[in-house]
Amino acid sequence: MSFLVVNDLEKRFGAVEVLKGIDISVPRGGFLVLVGPSGCGKSTLLNTIAGLETVTAGEILIDGVRVNELHPSKRDIAMVFQSYALYPNMNVAKNMSFGMEMRGVPKAERQQVVARVAAMLQIEDLLHRKPSQLSGGQRQRVAMGRALVRDPKIFLFDEPLSNLDAKLRVEMRTEIQKLHQRLGTTVVYVTHDQIEAMTLATVIAVLKDGVLQQVGSPAEIYNTPANIFVADFMGSPSMNLVPARLDRANGALVVSLKRADGSTTMLPLHEPSAAAEAFIGREVILGLRPESIDDAPVADADGAQRHPLEAHVEVTQPTGADTLAMIRLGGREVVARLRAETGARAGERRRFMVDMSKAVLFDPETEERL
Amino acid sequence: MAANPIETAVRTGRLTRALIYAALLVFAVYYLLPLFVMMVNSFKELDEIRGGNMLALPELVTLAPWIKAWNQAQIGVQPTGLAPYFLNSIKMVVPAVVISTLLGALNGYVLTKWRFRGDTLVFALMLFACFIPFQIVLIPMARVLGFLGIAGTTWGLVLVHVVYGLGFTTLFFRNYYAAFPTELVKAAQIDGASFLRIFYRILLPSSGPIIVVTVIWQFTNIWNDFLFGASFSDFDSQPMTVALNNLVSSSTGVKEYNVHFAGAILAAIPTLLVYIVAGRYFVRGLMAGAVKG
Repeated sequence: MSFLVVNDLEKRFGAVEVLKGIDISVPRGGFLVLVGPSGCGKSTLLNTIAGLETVTAGEILIDGVRVNELHPSKRDIAMVFQSYALYPNMNVAKNMSFGMEMRGVPKAERQQVVARVAAMLQIEDLLHRKPSQLSGGQRQRVAMGRALVRDPKIFLFDEPLSNLDAKLRVEMRTEIQKLHQRLGTTVVYVTHDQIEAMTLATVIAVLKDGVLQQVGSPAEIYNTPANIFVADFMGSPSMNLVPARLDRANGALVVSLKRADGSTTMLPLHEPSAAAEAFIGREVILGLRPESIDDAPVADADGAQRHPLEAHVEVTQPTGADTLAMIRLGGREVVARLRAETGARAGERRRFMVDMSKAVLFDPETEERL
Repeated sequence: MAANPIETAVRTGRLTRALIYAALLVFAVYYLLPLFVMMVNSFKELDEIRGGNMLALPELVTLAPWIKAWNQAQIGVQPTGLAPYFLNSIKMVVPAVVISTLLGALNGYVLTKWRFRGDTLVFALMLFACFIPFQIVLIPMARVLGFLGIAGTTWGLVLVHVVYGLGFTTLFFRNYYAAFPTELVKAAQIDGASFLRIFYRILLPSSGPIIVVTVIWQFTNIWNDFLFGASFSDFDSQPMTVALNNLVSSSTGVKEYNVHFAGAILAAIPTLLVYIVAGRYFVRGLMAGAVKG
């Protein structure tokens, strides 16, 4: 059964529609990540779940109970803010116990809970410091501690890592993941960082302009994006989108790419969807992840789905773990993810293998996946 | 100290520096001279003032003018000195400052953290209060005080000063709280703190600098006010400023300059004290939030 349900949710600020009919449900213990570019409404959605914003229409259910009219403190949630929002006039222990004090928890119990959570987060030596005496990473930990003391039904995270430097961000990401595994509490997490979304989520919801683009597991979002926006937004480097033509050749569906020299390259489709049939003879957009194009020899077991083509290498960008190559394909610059030890050099013509098993097609007009 | 030079935007040479200090010194003397004249003459006998140099130090130091100004001088009809009026001023200033500061803080809190439709208009109208000349409100205010039945009382004066000061105190606190992170209020809401609890547990403890600014501002303005004091007070509620005027401008008898000087200094002491005690926060508070850091 779904633990958190957002049902046809709408939010308007005056005449501006910020959320347009959002439907999401998360099972108990799930990790929902709301992702999208800035201004897409993801933080507003989180605030409506928290109760910090009212909703215009639709409803929110937590553990089967409609919470639309409940005050934030009555929803049994805890929130970690982007700025951490630690009370500047209180020390760490006070910051963590303030909520319990407001709920009338006896002092002895408050101290006990603070001590337990502080031990869990290894912030025992910081308990008597003021927030201004803490580093960014320590403040982040305290903000998490303040949420943890509550033992809520749902944790809400509003871009909690965006103020940390890159190294610390990766560390804290792992930390959050471990905490989630250990506590099993349902989480709603807002970020604009698609890597955070992919690594943390059990369910990803992609938003754009207040419209839900797709909800699904990280693998679904990555492999079968619902539309061009999702395909482009998720993944780094993002998915290559190449204009092409859908044709039938020898009884099978093929995608034809126009080359710079006027010739066409044909790539067969594996398991084309029924919708694709209607597009035979028409323009489509071919979506290929960078890792679907490489220059390794055809010795792999799935070699049958890999198809050779020649392309001009424009530049190569070694990242250490692998090398990205910009190649010319279908009149577009396309990114290929090659092995780090690849022999590819800028300016040369080279033979690449394209793995068509994960290729996706989009309607160029509606931008929806076929 | 050479290792830790004072931070400054402009490096200046020795000569420029000397010129700057010379100019500052001239201005300091210029502004301190009246105080000096008042001081030295308040310790002189009246004969010595009449016969001699205003700038000279007293030949014979006497405290008599001070004692007379404090509790013997003829003010109006009674020979009470300034003491009862001093007390009147205290009874008027303290509640007026406390109430106007608290209300200003509450206004600032609501106008920045509990925004409502038309809040900027409300704020603009409150700002308007800062620009209304005192004289315009005299007659309407007299009617209001009469209607409320507190005309001529200390509480009437408190009300006048609270109403008049609210524009300024609201402006100070609104601008201070505008820079106060709203996420803190949200976090406190989730923690279950009520409207007032958030105010006095989260915002007020962080408002030290702006409270000091507001208190100094309000204290000086209300203490120094003459017009409202002269217009809305009775014999038993007249503030210090009105009594000082009555003392100095009485047209009967000899002009006792030494007593007048002593009385004027007595009237200025509270505001001076407030400046000396809290003044260093004043500049700091006015600058707070101007530069991020």
